[in-house]
Amino acid sequence: MKMNWKQISFLYAAIAFGVSAFAANADAADWGAYQVGDHRSGYTYMTDETRAMQNDNFQNPGMLWVEQGSELWSKVDGKAGKSCASCHGDSGDSMKGVATRYPVFDQNAGEIQDVESQINFCLEKRMEAKPYKWESSEMLSMTTFINYQSLGMPVNVKVDGPAAAAFEKGKAFYYERRGQLDMACKHCHEDNEGGMIRANLLSQGQINGFPTYRLKWQKVGSVHRRFRGCNSMVRAKPFAYGSEEYMNLELYVKWRGQGLPIEAPAVRN
Amino acid sequence: MAKNVKPRVRVPKKAAKGDIIEIKTLISHKMESGRRKGKDGKLVPRSIINKFSATFNGKPVFSADWAPSVSANPYMSFFAKVDESGEFAFEWIDDDGSVYKSAAKITVA
Repeated sequence: MKMNWKQISFLYAAIAFGVSAFAANADAADWGAYQVGDHRSGYTYMTDETRAMQNDNFQNPGMLWVEQGSELWSKVDGKAGKSCASCHGDSGDSMKGVATRYPVFDQNAGEIQDVESQINFCLEKRMEAKPYKWESSEMLSMTTFINYQSLGMPVNVKVDGPAAAAFEKGKAFYYERRGQLDMACKHCHEDNEGGMIRANLLSQGQINGFPTYRLKWQKVGSVHRRFRGCNSMVRAKPFAYGSEEYMNLELYVKWRGQGLPIEAPAVRN
Repeated sequence: MAKNVKPRVRVPKKAAKGDIIEIKTLISHKMESGRRKGKDGKLVPRSIINKFSATFNGKPVFSADWAPSVSANPYMSFFAKVDESGEFAFEWIDDDGSVYKSAAKITVA
């Protein structure tokens, strides 16, 4: 098709107008609690349908894991003859706010603990039972149930004092290039947040919604599974579930979403 | 029988005569399509729920045939007009022949 300069300039103007109209739309959007300052929850990057799925407690498939978790909560396991409910009460109310604080620095262990490793600590030391495997259905149910108790409460992790060393390591990991593609976390989630990576819309990589029901996974998954996915996509060798590197990174990434509401179980594509 | 299958349904407890109500159902199921390959390179055998149906006081109100592309943990909602009190009964039929059932009562004033 041949066009004279008038038509071409009109076309450019139309495109520029389209782009600016779109940008204005994105700026004007009011995300309520899902945006705190510059922090935007992954929720704001989803389609209306996916958001509707998360909002409706019944439709949200992640709630199946919450239900399973609440059953496990009062199930007696191990030689000590205890269940979670024996120490923490029947309803799980005592877990309110836990998801906002974790990962925390554990003085006794001398290392960072997240909800998963804390569950296994209780299983081994208090209940004298076998620890759960990291991405097992029991572990996912229990973490989803525990984090769900803090639904809507703002993230507030402590990164000073004894946790500072781990926080700095996590930060270094975030900005460190890795893998054959030589990319750091920040290249996608800080520099190009809101852009497209092939068919995917890049979010800020906030983890306030974890454990998240991911439509691609067709199930709930942990933060460390997400980290492993990202690492292997930049052609790096992923670290192990529960490794020190991911614990530190989890603390740092959670801090990047300070103030965002806990959304567990969130629904993402 | 597939593992961990648990149906959930939500039907309003009360309605006025002639109301059109929304009924929501969700069932936990892996819905293995039969097209994926496992770690050994072999096809993972298909295991899905292939039929969903709902009846009201014994009369059919809704049914659907599900295919391998239906997601895991399928959610289905539909609308029905209620003229009398009664019970909705739901049935999911698995590839292996097992039937998962659930029911919910509604009072029509």
